[in-house]
Amino acid sequence: MDELQQILDQALAQFSSINDEDQLEQVKAKYLGREGSLTALLKGLGKLSADERPKAGARINQVKQSMETALQERRDELNRAKMEARLSAESLDVTLPGRGMGSGGLHPVTLTLERIEKLFHSLGFATTSGPEIEHDFYNFTALNIPENHPARAMHDTFYIDPAHVLRTHTSPVQVHYMEEHKPPLKIISAGRVYRVDSDATHSPMFHQVEGLWVDEEVSFANLKGVVQDFLQRFFEQDDLKVRFRPSFFPFTEPSAEMDMSWRGGWLEIGGCGMVHPNVLKHVNIDSEKYLGFAFGLGVERLAMLRYGVNDLRQFFESDLRFLRQFN
Amino acid sequence: MKFSENWLRTWANPDLASDELSHLLTMAGLEVEALENVAPEFNSVVVAEVLSVEKHPDADRLNVCQVNVGEAAPLTIVCGAANVQAGIKVPCARIGAVLPNDFRIKQAKVRGMDSFGMLCSSKELGITEESDGLWILPEDAPAGSSLRDYLDLDDKLITLKLTPNRSDCSGIAGIAREVSALTGCAIDPVPVAEIPAALSDKITIRIEDSSACPLYCGRLIKGVNAQAMTPAWMRRRLERSGLRTINAIVDITNYVMMELGQPMHAFDADRLSGGISVRRAANGEKLTLLNEQTVVLDEQVLVIADDSQALALAGIMGGLGSGVELSTRNVFLEAAFFNPDSIAGRARRFGLATDSSFRFERGVDFAATRRCLERATQLLVEICGGTVCEASEIREGDLPAREPIALRVSRVARVLGIALETEKIAGLLKRLQLEFTSQGDDAFSVTPPSFRYDISIEADLIEEVARLYGYEHIPALPPMAELTMLPDNEGERPLSGIRQRLVLRDYQEIVSLAFSDEGTERDLCGNRDPVALQNPIASNLSTMRSSLIGGLLSALRFNLNRRQPRVRLFETGACFAKSGDKYVQTQRISGIAYGSRLQEQWGESATQVDFFDVKADVEALFAPASLSFAAASHPALHPGRSAEIFLDGKSAGWMGELHPNWQGDMPEACIWFEVELDPLMRTRVPRFAEIAKSLPVRRDLAVLVDDQIATQELIDAMNDASAPYVHEIALFDLYRGNGVPQGKKSLAFRVSLQDTQKTLNDAEIEQSIAKLVNALNRKGAQLRV
Repeated sequence: MDELQQILDQALAQFSSINDEDQLEQVKAKYLGREGSLTALLKGLGKLSADERPKAGARINQVKQSMETALQERRDELNRAKMEARLSAESLDVTLPGRGMGSGGLHPVTLTLERIEKLFHSLGFATTSGPEIEHDFYNFTALNIPENHPARAMHDTFYIDPAHVLRTHTSPVQVHYMEEHKPPLKIISAGRVYRVDSDATHSPMFHQVEGLWVDEEVSFANLKGVVQDFLQRFFEQDDLKVRFRPSFFPFTEPSAEMDMSWRGGWLEIGGCGMVHPNVLKHVNIDSEKYLGFAFGLGVERLAMLRYGVNDLRQFFESDLRFLRQFN
Repeated sequence: MKFSENWLRTWANPDLASDELSHLLTMAGLEVEALENVAPEFNSVVVAEVLSVEKHPDADRLNVCQVNVGEAAPLTIVCGAANVQAGIKVPCARIGAVLPNDFRIKQAKVRGMDSFGMLCSSKELGITEESDGLWILPEDAPAGSSLRDYLDLDDKLITLKLTPNRSDCSGIAGIAREVSALTGCAIDPVPVAEIPAALSDKITIRIEDSSACPLYCGRLIKGVNAQAMTPAWMRRRLERSGLRTINAIVDITNYVMMELGQPMHAFDADRLSGGISVRRAANGEKLTLLNEQTVVLDEQVLVIADDSQALALAGIMGGLGSGVELSTRNVFLEAAFFNPDSIAGRARRFGLATDSSFRFERGVDFAATRRCLERATQLLVEICGGTVCEASEIREGDLPAREPIALRVSRVARVLGIALETEKIAGLLKRLQLEFTSQGDDAFSVTPPSFRYDISIEADLIEEVARLYGYEHIPALPPMAELTMLPDNEGERPLSGIRQRLVLRDYQEIVSLAFSDEGTERDLCGNRDPVALQNPIASNLSTMRSSLIGGLLSALRFNLNRRQPRVRLFETGACFAKSGDKYVQTQRISGIAYGSRLQEQWGESATQVDFFDVKADVEALFAPASLSFAAASHPALHPGRSAEIFLDGKSAGWMGELHPNWQGDMPEACIWFEVELDPLMRTRVPRFAEIAKSLPVRRDLAVLVDDQIATQELIDAMNDASAPYVHEIALFDLYRGNGVPQGKKSLAFRVSLQDTQKTLNDAEIEQSIAKLVNALNRKGAQLRV
């Protein structure tokens, strides 16, 4: 049986010296192929006696198995090496920049508006909108600002014709909405508004957000609660101080100006109040049964404070160096 | 409303520092816009009388002065001012004085001469920005007295931002009343007594419009000295109220207005012809006002007239021909009540805004009118002398009603969200000087005073209660309400999602002013009838935009000028157009792409963005809806490279390459699109459909067709061919050149066929393809073989 051991040793030595898959299979054939030496030995078993045959057969099979195991191991090794070689050849400079399209960004006013809407949505405020060219009636009269009221002069209104104006505030949306919907109602409406005013701190077009809540029991204390909650969430500052000062808007009574604490002083953020009974009367809501509060916020002001923008005019200059800071 | 704090404190003097007082006013709704010192800090400055002036022996420009500062011995002061001379009174900073900017006065030798102080200009004392020479004080200034005391310089100017409802605070008396309500301090009003008349002369007064002017008080004062000097204290208070001093009589009427809130007018009685009437102007009647402006009147305007002509715009401004002058001997004083409605808006029509119209259009205390006439008379006689004639007080028609208002304690609690006790509310009403009676435990009946025009319903009273109670004492409470979810329409895409699609395709959002101008509208947008503003802020902002293209193009140029090589912008917003007598306001989204398709990078060659890049952006915006594009021309666009965009057969917008005329000096082409937001926001709720069990079959169809034929035409023809099993047709190749005849193009379509139930056999496939080929043939396209 020395011959068998010799064959095995020789095969194993050959397998491990071969570095090529095809060659390996050729060598395999030398031993295990149809003409292979081990195959020949198996074929020679017939010549042995019945006594010797099982033992010799078992011994040959054992060698054959060892040989096949070694062969498979070698195949795997070669495959692994091949894969490794391929992988190393294929490696990239992963630090090269990504290819293709970049991405743009939203305007800071939009970021601010969407944030405001999101916060109020969480309280159940629905979003609505209204026209920018507004009938005089909606911009003024229905909001308890009759013709010749001094508050009209304060609005610096752009006129399209004697009956139409560019809306000077988002408050007309309240009226449109209440004409169409019955209380209880809770809405927020953001959009462009216009005033005849243009200097370092005023733009003839800017954005406001209007909020309105009409229900049987909503109070001035609730108005304070909602506005304060909003400002604290918006600025992510739980101890932000908010102050309400008596003021005058023809469409609210009582009316208040909202200030927030800022760098040791107070900064005006918007106006608010309890919806004036005359406004409710215009839209056939019973002001004995229902109460409401409304507020208006200056969006650019909020954006400036939130993002540290120091010049209102930059919002409308479309300078990419400015806009990209908000991406 | 600007006034001197010291003046206010002669009426109401609470134990509060200036800044505390101003905070209190602000928190009560009388916002203090500014609190300024009348003069900066300085001390040891006294009134000095220059006794003698001698040339400095060693300096041409210097004088050595002997100065009386109220002490036995005069001081020697070297002075360089050119206007120094013996006899004048000037401010003198004594040794040890500290002037503004920490300028300290010490005893000094000036060119060898000892100088014991400094004579001052108003600039050196920080009173004015500029000055030429010494500040010359009135001749009667008492030498030695402190300048600060003499000129009442320890005073502050308070500027109130008065809201239109608080006309009652447009005089010192009203503000004092408010301060007293807020602090509980006493009010010390100036005493006004009826002046006994020495003569019974009267001018007849006729009120023709008693609803506009229900009350008119007037009086003649004869033999006045109109040249009398307005006393310094009055001048000072007027100046500190921002009023110019004019002459004693006019100053007195202004003073009463500032003091009591009642605008007055003084006529030169000798320039009146006949009696006074209060009437509507005649249409076309002319009047030259005190400011020399001539206005053409109509019957909307109330005037004060004599028998021959209009003399004054009632409650707004006097006329040029009838006012008092230095030569005036006989004065007719007017204190009238004009209803706010009869004055409101009139001044603005003539481009005027006067102290008088400001007050009358907001409302003047009609119960004080007569008292104001007496107060003015009293001051006039004190200052200008003269003989007082009997006053006329004509009352016709109705003064504004002051109906009692019910105020319910329970309503206060509901509106404010805090329960205030009945006694607490009663106390607040009392402090506000509101007349009231209790109506049971839960209600009051409150009669508003004549000076309050902003209190007519219960809500107004609730505001007063809240204001005086203090808004800051009302808690901030979260609302209690039933929780219900907001509806969510899945068939509507939110605008935020639409914007996000463009952001992800590398567009940067801008917000531009929604204005445009006629030229841009006509030439760029083809809009010959834009929505124009009656009062634009500038000629280039004189109309409303009908498209977002103008804003995008100017933003593009702005950035190109700042060396941005690649600019991709978008905007959403309303666009405006006329439709008959209506205005159409359409929300649109629009974008512009310029420069290389991708940011310059290592892995891609730099190609310029073109029509089809942007077309893909537009398609992505609408996906899953599919759009169709039809060649069409637009004034802003290259006629061969522009398309109208259709969704479901309806026009949804435009896209294309900017016309070379508009490209100007931009080196590259610029691609623009604009679509309406409304169709873009509508989408469908997804609906499951059976997934095919068999695999799709692909067939390619390559055809030769005239270059003129639009690809869409062939696709539409195939779609309309009712070929079964076809579920997708896509163009995958376009070729012109070798092998393709001139004027033709080769198009290759990929056709996917599929049946949800079974695998298609060849016969079925060929039958379907044949229909497509037929359809192509009808369009003149020949299959390539």
